[in-house]
Amino acid sequence: MSRSILRPTPLAAGATLLSLLLAVALCAPWLAPHPTDAQDLERRLEGPSAAHPLGRDDLGRDVLSRLLWGARASLPLALGVVLACSVAGTLLGAGAAYAGGAADLVLSAAADLLLAFPGLLLAIAFVAARGPGIENLFAALCLIGWVGYARLARGEAKRLIAHPFVESARSLGLGGTAIVMRHIVPNLLAPILVQAALGLGGVILAEAGLSFLGLGVPPPAPTWGGMLRDGTQSLLDAPRLTLAPGAAIVITVLAAQMLGEGLRLRMRGTAAGRGE
Amino acid sequence: MTGYLTRKLLLALPILLGTATLVFLLVHLVPGDPARAMLGPGASDSEVQAVRHAMGLDRRLDAQYARFLADLARLDLGTSIHYHDPVATLLRDRLPATAVLASATMLLAWLLALPAGFAAARRPGGAVDRAIGMSTSVALAMPSFWLGPVLVILFSIRLRWFPVSGADAPGSLFLPALTLAVPIAALLARLLRASLLDESGAAYVAAARARGLSRLAALGHALRNALGPVMTMAALQTGSLLTGAILTETIFAWPGLGRLLVRAIAYRDYPLMQGAVLLFALLYLLVNLASDLMRAALDPRQAT
Repeated sequence: MSRSILRPTPLAAGATLLSLLLAVALCAPWLAPHPTDAQDLERRLEGPSAAHPLGRDDLGRDVLSRLLWGARASLPLALGVVLACSVAGTLLGAGAAYAGGAADLVLSAAADLLLAFPGLLLAIAFVAARGPGIENLFAALCLIGWVGYARLARGEAKRLIAHPFVESARSLGLGGTAIVMRHIVPNLLAPILVQAALGLGGVILAEAGLSFLGLGVPPPAPTWGGMLRDGTQSLLDAPRLTLAPGAAIVITVLAAQMLGEGLRLRMRGTAAGRGE
Repeated sequence: MTGYLTRKLLLALPILLGTATLVFLLVHLVPGDPARAMLGPGASDSEVQAVRHAMGLDRRLDAQYARFLADLARLDLGTSIHYHDPVATLLRDRLPATAVLASATMLLAWLLALPAGFAAARRPGGAVDRAIGMSTSVALAMPSFWLGPVLVILFSIRLRWFPVSGADAPGSLFLPALTLAVPIAALLARLLRASLLDESGAAYVAAARARGLSRLAALGHALRNALGPVMTMAALQTGSLLTGAILTETIFAWPGLGRLLVRAIAYRDYPLMQGAVLLFALLYLLVNLASDLMRAALDPRQAT
């Protein structure tokens, strides 16, 4: 017992840390000691004090408050992207695998095409064309995000369809939609959940990267990526403006990684645990 | 082998066409009139009309598409709105800097990953292994646009070993390359450790141990066989290397393709943006092709 407290499992540690961060994000309006846009140019770049534990930024705004509100921008967005991508990807992948033929071909071709663009490039290009803003950011992250889930769901569904239970469902007279929704999708939930947890960190990094390039939520709304970008402007005078939001990103991504790794280990031996 | 090569090349063609089509459509994603968006609110109607005509935006969509593909076949990517130079020339001028950065990054990543992977695999579960496991987790959670500034604070401002940014001073390559190399090295080290441990159960490793070789030396024998999956992963990482370059070149003012793309976005220079995105996708496609072929050459069983 004492051993499990002293050395928490990655799953418990990741889940606890992420819940804490999410709680901070949701309670930011009550936790933040100052308004995020209260400027005081005469006291710009002022160091930490009792009233401003992390000091002030280049416009004299309270860094801690902006960091807390930044969590409110980043975390729900990342969770929303992961949710939307995993649901859409699962349904598309499972549907295409079951339907086969042209639908399957079109999905695979679309996936191959999107994967032909390295990493974030397509999301960057999309927001650059559409203009910055939270809707376009969300759409861009979903545009590159769903493919991984669709591929995983398609592969797993293809395997499942060969099982006799699908054949028996069909012989009982169930339609394609019912078979996919009631018999295939529930069996995909475990691997998709692992993938979603492992993918959360990547989405947070991607969102911060786009914000860093000025392609995220437009200023003056505080985001971690945007704070980092502004912080690097005064890297010589106040490195903490860069270090603080960066640390917030690293901690969040680590928590998501631990959660995903923990879930994967928990499901080792099952289809999900093979980490495909 | 020739059949495999031909098939791979033929499969790349539809992807190439699809990529070009998406890049073509990019301009049409711009809300409103792309020409007006590029020139800003201060532009007169005749200026906007001139740019619309120069970019072919005043034609029908199918005619625009046909012209785009025909120009592409002649490597004509249009003219940059901001720089007033042919896009192809601008890209060609910036390509070497990115190639140098990417090569230095890969070299550094291997230099970091090889000893780390070996050290971790030497005694799995030991203190060294756990420390390396933890460091690689942190390395994978760090965004390049944070690691870069942190390295600048450490090496340029505190220690004054390397220049803060630019590409002119000697040693200016090191910090951007290290920034890009750290997450790749972490991934490669983890995979190398796993791959070495897989191989260490093989009979030839036990035989080497029985002849009195140390575990480290025996793992050395396993290296050749363990390298396969690690090399594949290294090739796949070129994708994150290319997008990482967009951020890292911006941080360090490195005069490569990534910084050019960020400039193009800032100036709403759509022809330049299209050209840069297309070149990034093309480079990625070529690296993936090369890695497939390399793997087939190393292990002919793969080429089926």
